[in-house]
Amino acid sequence: MASGSVADQEGQVMLLGFWFSPFVKRVEWALKFKGIEYDYVEEDLTNKSTLLLTSNPIHKTVPVLIHNGNPIAESLVIIEYIDETWKQNPILPQDPYDRAMARFWANFIEEKVTKPSREALISQGEQQEKKVKELKEAMEVVEGEAKAKLNDKTLFFGGGNGVGYVDIVLGWTCNWMKTIEEVGGFKVLDPENQPQFHKWMANFREVPFIKPTLPPKEKMVEYSRMVRQARLGLVANK
Amino acid sequence: MAGNGDGVTLLGYWASPYALRVIWALKLKEVHYEYREEHLPDKSPMLLQYNPVHKKIPVLVHKGKPLAESLVIIEYIDEVWKHNPLLPQDPYHRAKARFWAKFADEKCVPAMFRAFSKVGEEQVQAAKELRENLKTLESALEGKQYFGGETIGFLDIAVGWIGCWARMNEEVAGVNMIDAEMIPLLSVWFQKFLELPIIKECLPPQDKLLAHTKEFHKMLMMAALT
Repeated sequence: MASGSVADQEGQVMLLGFWFSPFVKRVEWALKFKGIEYDYVEEDLTNKSTLLLTSNPIHKTVPVLIHNGNPIAESLVIIEYIDETWKQNPILPQDPYDRAMARFWANFIEEKVTKPSREALISQGEQQEKKVKELKEAMEVVEGEAKAKLNDKTLFFGGGNGVGYVDIVLGWTCNWMKTIEEVGGFKVLDPENQPQFHKWMANFREVPFIKPTLPPKEKMVEYSRMVRQARLGLVANK
Repeated sequence: MAGNGDGVTLLGYWASPYALRVIWALKLKEVHYEYREEHLPDKSPMLLQYNPVHKKIPVLVHKGKPLAESLVIIEYIDEVWKHNPLLPQDPYHRAKARFWAKFADEKCVPAMFRAFSKVGEEQVQAAKELRENLKTLESALEGKQYFGGETIGFLDIAVGWIGCWARMNEEVAGVNMIDAEMIPLLSVWFQKFLELPIIKECLPPQDKLLAHTKEFHKMLMMAALT
């Protein structure tokens, strides 16, 4: 029997990841939500494996899902693939309009919350102020959506008591946002003016399959500090 | 086959490639729709009501419910009107199509805009990045006629507009964007795609678009000087 890579085995699911990456975490949440068994490979991003470089030659980043030997990159693309391949516990809504709205909000979160947050972590002064302002505006929209969609009976954007696509895409904020604020030296989270969002974060953190996956605060702070210093150092040395 | 009872309205702008790719999707699916032109930069009350988050076109309204973001709209169209599928059936191929559409929107389009709007070294670097990213995009063709295979599909209509806009942009901005020697297969595909009757008939009038592009470039150059 020819021995190919582990990924060549039919049905084998492998996830190339990095413990800190919220993008990887999302994919793990999707896999766990569906009860899919997978092999996790922790990548050293300073010394990327051959498997990672050949599986995602375009971006050379994690997460990469390898299923039936086929590699898929980009967290949102991977989550839709997971949802289409394993039909149990649907992540996206069934109705086409609701699916489209879920995708709309996922895009909004990526463009207006996720990207500016990362940029705020690795910038300072005027540059950072600009990103923080963008973030604050975006959080107003998020709070508005939370106010409109969530209540005592509907804890998550997925409807009812179950998480859905939007929750999984936004979920990184429940833990990473505080770290980014602390290390970056700015404030975006505002419990007084974002009560529904804070309720949602608290509920998300407690979801049984989510809770054990959240990395410890000290480790996240240490890593984020290192990233910020490295990026600011690069800029200063130019 | 869709009839007028479906109540489909598209809010668009004649020079917008994002509205154009939605129009292509509607045409391929033979969906009857009402088109409403937004007179940008003025935004109609309808646009502000239907897309309060971004206040941008295109917006598709179906049975009174609005949707924004062109690729989200195209996937919606594909799911509601099931004939002439745009995305492949197989989940892995669907994932690849989505991956490449994202790549084009995130890596090719901003580089094209920078190559168009900047000057000097910034422009040179942006144009180089664009040409390299188009080369990467070319690999997604995998020797097929179209990204969709024998016929056009989701990825073709997601990125095909770049061929038209890039040619116009490089003429106006004076920097090479489509290097036929570097991307022979993609160049052929751009040409074939844009010549397809169903695609070509929806393109904005080329002379009008050229004048509009020149005007826009002038504005950008003046803004860069102040």
